[in-house]
Formats: sequence, C-alpha cells, structure tokens
Amino acid sequence: METAGKSRKLLRIHRDDNVLIVVAPIRPGDREVFDGQEVVFTQNIAIGHKVAVRDIETGEKIFKCGVPIGSAKQKIPAGSHIHLHNLKSDYLATYTLDKDHVFVK
Amino acid sequence: MSSSSNALALQGFLRSDGRKGIRNCIIVAYLVECAHHVAREIVDAFRGQPVHLIGFGGCYPNAYADRMMNTLCTHPNVGGALLLSLGCESFNRHRLAEHIAKTGRPVETVVIQQTGGTRKSIDSGKAWVERALRQIAEVPRVPLHVNELVVGTVCGGSDATSGISANPAVGRAFDILVRQGAVTIFEETGEMIGLENAMSARAITPELGHELKVSVEKAAHYYKQMGHASFAPGNAEGGLTTIEEKSIGAYCKSGDSPISGLIKPGDVPRNGGLYLLDVVPDGEPRFGFPNINDNAEIAELIACGSHVILFTTGRGSVVGSAISPVIKICANPETYERMSDDMDINAGKILRLEASVDEVGDEIYRKVLDVASGTESCSESLGHREFVLTYKSFEPIGPACLPG
Repeated sequence: METAGKSRKLLRIHRDDNVLIVVAPIRPGDREVFDGQEVVFTQNIAIGHKVAVRDIETGEKIFKCGVPIGSAKQKIPAGSHIHLHNLKSDYLATYTLDKDHVFVK
Repeated sequence: MSSSSNALALQGFLRSDGRKGIRNCIIVAYLVECAHHVAREIVDAFRGQPVHLIGFGGCYPNAYADRMMNTLCTHPNVGGALLLSLGCESFNRHRLAEHIAKTGRPVETVVIQQTGGTRKSIDSGKAWVERALRQIAEVPRVPLHVNELVVGTVCGGSDATSGISANPAVGRAFDILVRQGAVTIFEETGEMIGLENAMSARAITPELGHELKVSVEKAAHYYKQMGHASFAPGNAEGGLTTIEEKSIGAYCKSGDSPISGLIKPGDVPRNGGLYLLDVVPDGEPRFGFPNINDNAEIAELIACGSHVILFTTGRGSVVGSAISPVIKICANPETYERMSDDMDINAGKILRLEASVDEVGDEIYRKVLDVASGTESCSESLGHREFVLTYKSFEPIGPACLPG
C-alpha cells in the first residue's frame, strides 16, 4: 500500500520533517512501513497527531512543514507519539487543561 | 482557469468613495450596552432581511472603538446605519453620524432618553429602517472585478489538521487572488511566533521586513505578559503541541506571495497584494487579551475592508459575521462529516488523499467569486451574524509599513 514517502496512515508534509502526521486513526497493533522501516504501534493515536519518523535525541529540534516547532524533552524512539509529554516550545509554555479541568503548564 | 469569465459576471454596490460592496445591508449599531436591547428588538423585526446588529458595549471612550465603528459603518457592504444611544454614554455619536452622513449613506440616531424610552425608540427605529431599506434598494450596481475585492482570513477552533489541509489550501487561494490584483489580509502576529525570520524575508522592502519582525516580537511580549500563548486546550487535544506548531498553521494561510504591507485595524489597503494585519495592541497590556475570540478578529478584518472572510477550522467553528460573509473551510474530514451543514468547503479531502492542496485552493477561489456574486455562504444562510467589539489601543502604523 505504501507509496514513496507515504503510508496508508502517515503523511510527511516536508522533506526536512522528522515527524509524520497521522491521517487515519492508529490502533494498537497497527504496523506501518515508512521509508523501509516498520513500526508497530502500541497505543491509539488520533488523526492530526505526530509520530517520530526516526530516533530523536534529547534537545533535538522537531521539524514540521520544514519549520522548527520546539525541542525534544527526552529521547524519542522512531514511531513514538510526539506531544506535550516529550516536546516543548522554544518560545512560550503551552497551557492546557488536565483531567480535572485545571490549567496546567 | 474559469476565473476571468466569472469575474466579468460580478456586480457590486457602488459607494461614494469608489469602493464596491458585494452585499447591501443596513447596520443597527448600539453605542453602549444600555442601548443593546432596543437595537436588537429593531433588528429582530427584520428577520430574513439585510439588517445587521453591531455595537460597542463600553460606557468609557476609546479611540480604537471609534475608528472601528467609523470604518464598519462605512464598509462597502453597508448601505446605511441606525445608531442607538442611551443618551449619557461617552461614545461620540455626533462624530460617528457625521462621518457616515459624509459618505452619502442614510444615517439616523435614536437617543433613547430623548425619544421617551424603550417602546418609542423601538418603534421609531423600525420605521426608519423600513424607509432606509427602500432607499438603499436604489444604490447603483456596477461591474465588479476581482482586483477590487478584499479577502481576509482567520482560523478558529484549530486542530492539527488545520495546518496541513485547510490552511495551506487557503494559501493557494490567496496566491490566485493576489495574482489577479485582489487585496488579501492575514493575521495574527501572536500566531506567527517562531516564524519571524521566514516572514520578514518575504517583505517587499527590508524596512517592511523589520516592521513585520517587530510586530511579532511585540505579540510575543504581550502574550508573555498575559501569561498565555494563543493556545486553547482544544488545540492540544487535536494534536498541536506548541505555539510554533500552531503558528505554522496560521502562517501558511498567507500562501507564497510577497508581503506588501503591515496594517492595523481600520487601515484599508488601496493596492492589491498580501497584507499582514497586526491585531496586538500597542504599549503594555491594558484591556486584557488582544482579541477575546474569533469574532473580534473577524470584525477587525472587516474594518480593513474585507468583503469576504475565509475561516478555516478543524474542531468545527460555526460562526459567521455581521456585514461580510464568512466562508467556512473545514480541515478535518471527521468534523466535516459531523458538521457539513456549517461548512462551505471540505478541505479534509486532502487528508483522505481525494484532492490535492492546489485543487482545494482553486475550489476556495471559485467559492469566493460565487459568494461575491450574491450566493449565500453556509453561515449566512443559517443566519449567523456574530459581532463583538471591545477596548483596545493602537498607535498609527509607521511610514515603512505601506511601502506600496
């Protein structure tokens, strides 16, 4: 099913990107091949979210659309979900609501 | 491309300043919250007719609100205005009425305290609107060309799909419009943080490039003072992690054209091209968040002359606006399936691999012409006419901001 640079569920927007965009919901057990590398997913990942296209080191810039969107807070293995837990802004803290609907950083 | 034949078919309502409207509405404007109910009762009597409610709720004077009301009441889509005053508020109703009258538009002020209270003011206002609707039906219609259109764009209820489907597609539509000589306006500098250098390099002069960079730095400073970035919890649920990532989404709506100018609310560009609207107040924060919601930004885009607003949404906004039609471009295919009645364009097709960004960009461009020719957008046909205007303060733009 894979075509150059695109699997059934993952989309790379820019050639410099180290993240892929989920374009169809990913379920635990899903296998996707990207750039000849197979990743087996262990969790649900919703569309619009990002996964690492390769191993990313702590402090490395994360690129989407060819533009840096922040830095890795920890080592991120290929295929991992990238979000608030492992990516931080280089500009301003991201505020969001926790499970109790309280603003958290 | 079908654009040139469509463009010849367009007609506009000719105004005294030479600008042309794609709609011909009567504005009913309250000048303080105390006059809001009377204004709404008048508008409610004209359901289904082009009578739109706008207003400013504050009792204390504000130069920004004055300028917004001046430019909105004389927008090319507006044929005339009824002003509703309680009588003791600070808003300078005389100056606003004079400004509107100078453009040749019918204008009337109802002062509730002088007219004898609620009921008499409603009756008096309704009678005036009936006459004004007959009067503006006589406004001449003349050929309208694409290079006379002003198109603004805004995003709201963003998720990670906004930046990869709807927003790049609007960028392609903006590129087509700019090539045809139209004015296109994007905002908001608070959502360009992290992208200052990329944007600066697109300015038509180095001096303008510097101004663009300064405007983003101003926004970054302002949001830091507020303790929040322009980032709502729904954004993170949708997969966006940082303000920079959200910025790419907002930024790519601008397309690839050179940037011709930096404007502030109420500045109306006279030459075709792409403009950045700086919506962040000047000076230290005084009145709170730069814009309290999407409609505050839409009102500012309209005050800069926008005939049509391209509104991209991933989570699914439903808003429209008073004065100018809002075209809804839905980025997320799942949202589109749930809320298709509210959506003019399904950009989610890009994510389903059913259409390219360029194809959806062309579809948006054709929808702009369609709506400009009189077809109602989804939000218009559903009756959405949201409006909000709050306190802000701005310095005038500097000489480097409009080099054209």
